[in-house]
Amino acid sequence: MAKIKYIEFDRTEHVVEVANGENLMEGALGNNVPGIDGDCGGNAACATCHCYVGDDWLAATGPRSDSEEAMLELADGMTANSRLACQIIASDAIDGIELRLPETQH
Amino acid sequence: MATQPEISSTEEPPRGRTRPNMVWPFPPRERPDLPDHEPATLAEYLRTAPLDAVDIADPLWWENDVEGVFLKRLRDEAPVHFNEVNAARHRGFWSVTRWEDIMAVDTNHQAYSSEASLGGITLFDMDPDFIMPMFIAMDPPKHDVQRKAVNPIVSGPNLAGFETLIRERTAEVLDGLPRGEVFDWVDRVSIELTSRMLATLFDWPQEQRRKLTYWSDISTSDPELPGNPSKEERQTILMGMLQEFMALWNERVNAEPKTDLVSMLAHNPATRNMPPMEFMGNLVLLIVGGNDTTRNSISGGVYFLNKNPTEYDKLRANPALVESMVSETIRYQTPLAHMRRTALEDTILGGKHIRKGDKVVMWYISGNRDERSIEDPDAFIIDRKRPRQHMSFGFGIHRCVGNRLAELQLKILWEEILKRFDRIELIEEPERVPSAFVKGYKKMMVRIPA
Repeated sequence: MAKIKYIEFDRTEHVVEVANGENLMEGALGNNVPGIDGDCGGNAACATCHCYVGDDWLAATGPRSDSEEAMLELADGMTANSRLACQIIASDAIDGIELRLPETQH
Repeated sequence: MATQPEISSTEEPPRGRTRPNMVWPFPPRERPDLPDHEPATLAEYLRTAPLDAVDIADPLWWENDVEGVFLKRLRDEAPVHFNEVNAARHRGFWSVTRWEDIMAVDTNHQAYSSEASLGGITLFDMDPDFIMPMFIAMDPPKHDVQRKAVNPIVSGPNLAGFETLIRERTAEVLDGLPRGEVFDWVDRVSIELTSRMLATLFDWPQEQRRKLTYWSDISTSDPELPGNPSKEERQTILMGMLQEFMALWNERVNAEPKTDLVSMLAHNPATRNMPPMEFMGNLVLLIVGGNDTTRNSISGGVYFLNKNPTEYDKLRANPALVESMVSETIRYQTPLAHMRRTALEDTILGGKHIRKGDKVVMWYISGNRDERSIEDPDAFIIDRKRPRQHMSFGFGIHRCVGNRLAELQLKILWEEILKRFDRIELIEEPERVPSAFVKGYKKMMVRIPA
């Protein structure tokens, strides 16, 4: 179980618990956290679960895959901290992580 | 990327892939001998015909809205199936019909190319003597930089700026509709709203907006159908379109950069030196992409709510359902029924040996009805659990760039409809587009009670 803090663009915070092994897009949808759409169902095949991972957590979340990178390239406002939430899997290693959400998903 | 299993040397013999030179005009289309072409007769045929006897690309099925009968059989019995009937007209192609297999193709642009010179992204190849490069029909890296040139106009923050304009226009169009009289919803609403939006995106003269609709229709029209321009006529018409847009380009390329699509293309280093055919190709892409699709989802919504009165009641009782109703409409309509790729290497898909050069057709309209991935997929349910999970926008790097704009247009339209009209009554079955690509309506007669 990992505690995840989702921070909406307007700074509204949602702290939820996500079971180990579940991805953080599902973690948002399953807990009614707004700001994440997850249109492709978790295949890194759209970019509607775009989020920003704080510098301190980048190492713990691991590198982006090629397909994730390709989709993020087409998202709005990609930065070095951009990830697709569906490609981050909940585990003890990321317990307490914060994800900032963009203004809109595209 | 998953590693490919080894390709056995004892695979089925090649069928229909002798790659005849496609010489225009194509040989006549092979069709089953049926007593009539009524939808019920056609559907019955598709229910029972041998899978290998049917050409799903035949516009006959689509014009009569019966293609789903056959696509369901493919999903269940032959999810990756080679369509050989009429191969002399389209070289033969693989039909991919299940959600998971479509996802696998759509996200593997390394193996499945969109390249225009290999035929492009529709089942029927681009005319070899009239190749129009456009970013949807390009592979990386060129695709990426060209797509990024136009991406900002349909980004979330930019769309917020359009909202007031779209709402005003929608209100104006709806307020101008007759009450108690039968009229064509396609012409008065669907085309009207999408053409106005397109004119805005291009900063094209509003009074000439129907030209954009005309070019969009020409681009996807089948030159063989009676009444449509021939292949040569179509090329002449599109050259005329290019000429008119070149005039705008020349005005804008030396002016201060503005936010319309022509200016964006003219000023972006990735697109400013495009050859004329590539400019034409990208225009066709943006015009068709912004026109045919949203237009047919606008009409589709009216049709589906009429066919599902309890859903219409739900929506009237709770207008907050508009957003999920819009997604459900886009799924249920699937305004672009397929996208096509060309295999760049030998590969295995769904246990079938796909050879380098084969055409692979992803039937989004079938994936959207695949019960392996979507619960109760044949039902139109405006408050289903995850309405956004549909494949109408495609997946992977070619995913629809204008999806958010389309959703915004539809959302505003239905909000404004619900404020004004208790119901829009479907008077008769609509006339449909005879195309395996554009799944849409030519005419839909409706009445708004006085």
